Amino acid sequence: MAYNHKDVAANRPSRLTSGHRMCAGCGAPAVARMVLKAVKPEDHAVIACATGCMEVSTFIYPYTAWTDSFVHTAFENAGATLSGVEAAYKSMKRQGKLPEDNHTKFIAFGGDGGTYDIGLQSLSGAMERGHDMVYVCYDNGAYMNTGIQRSSATPRFADTTTSPAGSVIPGKMQSRKDLAKVMVGHHLPYVAQTLALGNFKDLYEKAEKAIYTEGACFLNVMAPCPRGWGYNTEDLMEINKLAVETCYWPLYEVVDGVYHITYKPTNKQPIENFLKPQKRFKHMFKPGNEWMIEEFQKEVDARWQELLDLEAMTNKAE
Amino acid sequence: MTEDVLNNKTPINDLTIGGNIYTAGNAKEFKTGDWRSITPVFHSDLCKQCGLCFPVCPDDAIPVGKDGCRGDFNYDACKGCGVCAKVCPFKAIEMK
Amino acid sequence: MGIRERLSGNEAAAIAMKQINPDVVAAFPITPSTEIPQYFSTFVSNGQVDTEFVAVESEHSAMSACIGAEAAGARAMTATSANGLSLMWEMIYIASSLRLPIVLSLVNRAVSGPLNIHNDHSDAMGVRDAGWIMLFSESNQEAYDNLLMAHRIAEHKDVLLPLMVCQDGFITSHSIENIELLEDDKVKAFVGEYHPEHYLLNEKEPIAIGPLDLQAYLFEHKAQQGNAMKAAKKVIAEVSKEFEALTGRKYEFFESYKMEDAERVIVCMNSTAGTTKAVVDELREKGEKVGLIKVRMFRPFPAEEIAEALKGAKAVAVLDKSDSLNGAGGALFEDVVSAMYTNNIHVPTVNYVYGIGGRDTTTKEINSVYSDLNSVVGNDKVENPYRYLGLRG
Repeated sequence: MAYNHKDVAANRPSRLTSGHRMCAGCGAPAVARMVLKAVKPEDHAVIACATGCMEVSTFIYPYTAWTDSFVHTAFENAGATLSGVEAAYKSMKRQGKLPEDNHTKFIAFGGDGGTYDIGLQSLSGAMERGHDMVYVCYDNGAYMNTGIQRSSATPRFADTTTSPAGSVIPGKMQSRKDLAKVMVGHHLPYVAQTLALGNFKDLYEKAEKAIYTEGACFLNVMAPCPRGWGYNTEDLMEINKLAVETCYWPLYEVVDGVYHITYKPTNKQPIENFLKPQKRFKHMFKPGNEWMIEEFQKEVDARWQELLDLEAMTNKAE
Repeated sequence: MTEDVLNNKTPINDLTIGGNIYTAGNAKEFKTGDWRSITPVFHSDLCKQCGLCFPVCPDDAIPVGKDGCRGDFNYDACKGCGVCAKVCPFKAIEMK
Repeated sequence: MGIRERLSGNEAAAIAMKQINPDVVAAFPITPSTEIPQYFSTFVSNGQVDTEFVAVESEHSAMSACIGAEAAGARAMTATSANGLSLMWEMIYIASSLRLPIVLSLVNRAVSGPLNIHNDHSDAMGVRDAGWIMLFSESNQEAYDNLLMAHRIAEHKDVLLPLMVCQDGFITSHSIENIELLEDDKVKAFVGEYHPEHYLLNEKEPIAIGPLDLQAYLFEHKAQQGNAMKAAKKVIAEVSKEFEALTGRKYEFFESYKMEDAERVIVCMNSTAGTTKAVVDELREKGEKVGLIKVRMFRPFPAEEIAEALKGAKAVAVLDKSDSLNGAGGALFEDVVSAMYTNNIHVPTVNYVYGIGGRDTTTKEINSVYSDLNSVVGNDKVENPYRYLGLRG
């Protein structure tokens, strides 16, 4: 169904309420709320969360900001925990222990720490086993909850508290892991990379497809962190836009192995435009560090080209 | 209200076991409006109801009616981040 | 009455699980418990159970999936050993803190390192403060029976705690012994159906599980767990009585073997009790006043009852199949001694750490313990209370 953002705002209930304790201007809650708006109003959801910012600020006893059932157990196991919930649903449904009209969707949220790093094994297991669930990674590119430590999702050269930009080592020395492609390697029916852009059409549509595609699906969603990235809080949507326009964070989906890039910038912007407003990249703009921006640009270009090639290759007529 | 039954004076046997909560979405009762240092002011006369601000609010503080039109801010929830004001093309939200 | 069979301990556990017919089993192979999920997945493949079997990629995920399933409103079971339990460790605590009555079949094995696949109790002792009910089993029969009683205990509204049934790796798990099984319908009736009050899949009452629980609440939530553990004693006694009425097999917090006038007493758990009973019988024939306390219910610990049972003894030896490496004594020893002390009972007591990494413990060695106890009797201060049994000098 075509996305009508006013209709979604008016008629899809908010399944993540106010009163959570995420930072002002955090990029993650709006993402989670819109993903959940893609759940049909008549359907129930069980949401699992990895330990992280989102979990510790949405369910502080005795307040939960989730209007659906919610379970958090630990940092590295949102995939496995939700596997168990989904297995229980399958089993109980089969045995007639749940009403026939109980339609429950299973959605996990994890930050990049809980997804790319400590939770990767649990995620991989859950995806490989094909549980009917969607795992949503809200990628803010570092362990923000513990105070901005580097993760394997942290971009190269970024200044974090465990990859500080020092006089000898200029920030994180390694490149980002490409998690969406790792997930594609699991041959899932649906994998997509997205973020909140404009009226959230891309995010909503991908969430809807992921939720209503049978089997294990994965969404990688960039969710900026004003504190960790060091941009002006109100610029959230501008940062998202720049990530897309510079091809730092390409929007694409992979349906049964076939790549579709869902947005191709007409004028690809230079990566400086994305890096410049963020304090974590500040050192890259010091005289003598031009090479860092060049290297960064090269990497973005190579990854974008790879994506274009994959799209061309997987869409080739038989 | 949750706070009337579960608070830091509640006797042990009256607290839910395991920290479970059986009233989903009760965080709505928890006010985060006092986090604000700056406040968005909605100028309804300038608003064209384009809807760009609806989804960006991290705190669900922009109420949208069944007619698809927004109302004034929920100041109990708004943390004053200013993201909505920044995306408004019509200057209908002013940060004060 | 009952069905006479010959089964290994692992087979007995798997058959108990089949008769219980849980909604979800999530497990990962590890020696010596591997056979349990193997047998069980055959039952699943052949449609003999209604269970959803989740072949997880690790024990951490096994316990995580059991937690998810149990929280969802299902009955969830798993099995593991040694390092598998160690890998679950984080989730073991979370399972009990979320008050989820998961049942685990633990086939005891030495925890690495160095790597060893044989029996001792170091795995179980590593989780003794984790808030799980822990039942130990001397034989395949006891492992089977304890599993049949497990859900009735764990799911009781006054309890709501996870439960593990322990048996000795290889010694029990792989030895084929006679066993009496209950008929399927009797197990079904005894175990009953699981109807949790609150569960994730109830769309009419969505719930939230696993909060950030700060200073104002965590203390009370932990104390609630402690209170549930205390309440479990009564429930275990009641369920065991009901089980006895059904099967004729009597289960108490611990078995008192020839304790009426016993002066020298061994306290131990699991299969070593069988070896000890043979020695007790032999010494009794010679007129020696020896006895055995075999602890079945290790958590909750029956402190008062054990102290009471030992008050007539003149010397006690507590056998620990796990070394606490603290220079002061094993876990069971510490529990027994503190139970006696707090109940104002003062019997000279020594500790033997034995059987580590599957080291055989023979009747000869148990004999030597009873004989050592002769020199402990009457001592105000016991020399060297912390000893090894069967260790090369």
